[in-house]
Amino acid sequence: MKVLIPSALRSYTQGPWAEAEGATLGTLLEDLDQRHPGIRFRMVDEQGGLRPHMRVFVNGKPVLKLGQALRATDDVAIVQALSGG
Amino acid sequence: MIVDRSEWHSPAAWIFKSNAARRTWVTEGPHFLGHIITHLQLDPRDGRTLLAAARTGHLGPTIFRSTNGGRTWKEAAKPPAFAKTADGAGRVVNHTFWLTPGHASERDTWYAGTSPQGLFRSEDGGDTWVGLPSINDSPQYREWMGAEQDGTPDGPKLHSILIDPRDAKHLYFAMSSGGVHESLDAGQSWRPLCKGLEVVGGFDVNALTFHDPHVVRLCPAQPNRLWQQNHCGIYRIDRPSDTWQRVGRKMPKKAGDIGFPMVVHPRDADTAWVFPMDGTDVWPRTAPGGKPAAYRTNNGGKTWQRLDHGLPTEQAWWTIKRQAMTADAHSKVALYVGNTGGELWMGSDGGERWRCIARHLPEIYAVEAASF
Repeated sequence: MKVLIPSALRSYTQGPWAEAEGATLGTLLEDLDQRHPGIRFRMVDEQGGLRPHMRVFVNGKPVLKLGQALRATDDVAIVQALSGG
Repeated sequence: MIVDRSEWHSPAAWIFKSNAARRTWVTEGPHFLGHIITHLQLDPRDGRTLLAAARTGHLGPTIFRSTNGGRTWKEAAKPPAFAKTADGAGRVVNHTFWLTPGHASERDTWYAGTSPQGLFRSEDGGDTWVGLPSINDSPQYREWMGAEQDGTPDGPKLHSILIDPRDAKHLYFAMSSGGVHESLDAGQSWRPLCKGLEVVGGFDVNALTFHDPHVVRLCPAQPNRLWQQNHCGIYRIDRPSDTWQRVGRKMPKKAGDIGFPMVVHPRDADTAWVFPMDGTDVWPRTAPGGKPAAYRTNNGGKTWQRLDHGLPTEQAWWTIKRQAMTADAHSKVALYVGNTGGELWMGSDGGERWRCIARHLPEIYAVEAASF
């Protein structure tokens, strides 16, 4: 599926959209990392948690858990939180 | 080389180049604009490899590596990260704070200190990093590290990783908080080296959690001698003694002996510099009286001389962070300090005459001098 990439991570993908597959958000990010090495660790910490200020929306709805199930038709958007500044 | 960060965004790194005369400087950068660069180090073993510890306000921490003096950079394949725990409640590296090239005999070895306190080693020139279990997984060390509340405002830190130039297995590091520690077996085991150090009044000097070394330096000319700027004064130790001496008591009372950075002379172990800050009552952390100055000892800490010629004489309320003061290795040693007001100053002839060589930068976190 197509994944929207925030500007801060486009040095990995060379563009605003990237292709990745996965039955869950976690496996999708692992596949994204296979295609663009290093990108996952900038978003997900070593304990498997989404880093503060990183947000993921699936079909426009916020998702906080990497275990969230995905369908091939879902729209996934990774964005940077506004975080007050 | 200087590195900056601001509270939230707009940090970067710059490289200032000159020749041996050091009269004019050419600015290269910004490198990594938008990244918080906490440390940038040149590998003295090849004179061209640079490592930069980076993160951004939103993205996790990483290490960038250049093998051509900063012309191009590549991200580390496996940056420092703590071991994953089964319950996912383990520690998370917020940022790599300190980088130290390994011993001259260990060509591709580097050490890194993180926030929260963690010690990591790379044996492939900084591409992949492995934690040292003797520190990162030790219940005793975890206790000494204290909680987040015991650390500095932007996170407790492991810093001042020092390698004995005579013995690749002889290491030191310091933690804010958690004290100074020594290993004789390349980091397999450690022992505290805190005897003689004071702690804030009313706390137990025997509890290492209360020890806050701000920076520790090893004299290249006399590796048995270490200097330390601590939360509670300036100290010196001459090994094999295990007891630090508070030489800062000889500092002028108006300046006091509180501060963050400390620099040692490349060839004279009796010469060292500090840059005091106001550590009275609520700790303003500014130049005492708004009049910044370095202080130098030429006699092992028996006396200290104020060095402020060329620095602002009043209403200058900046200060210098622990990594933001360094010295070069020329025959006439120059000092370099980067301040919290985004200015880079050079102190010629060992700090006798100061001049500003860059301003209008973000708050400066670290300054390193290197010969390419």
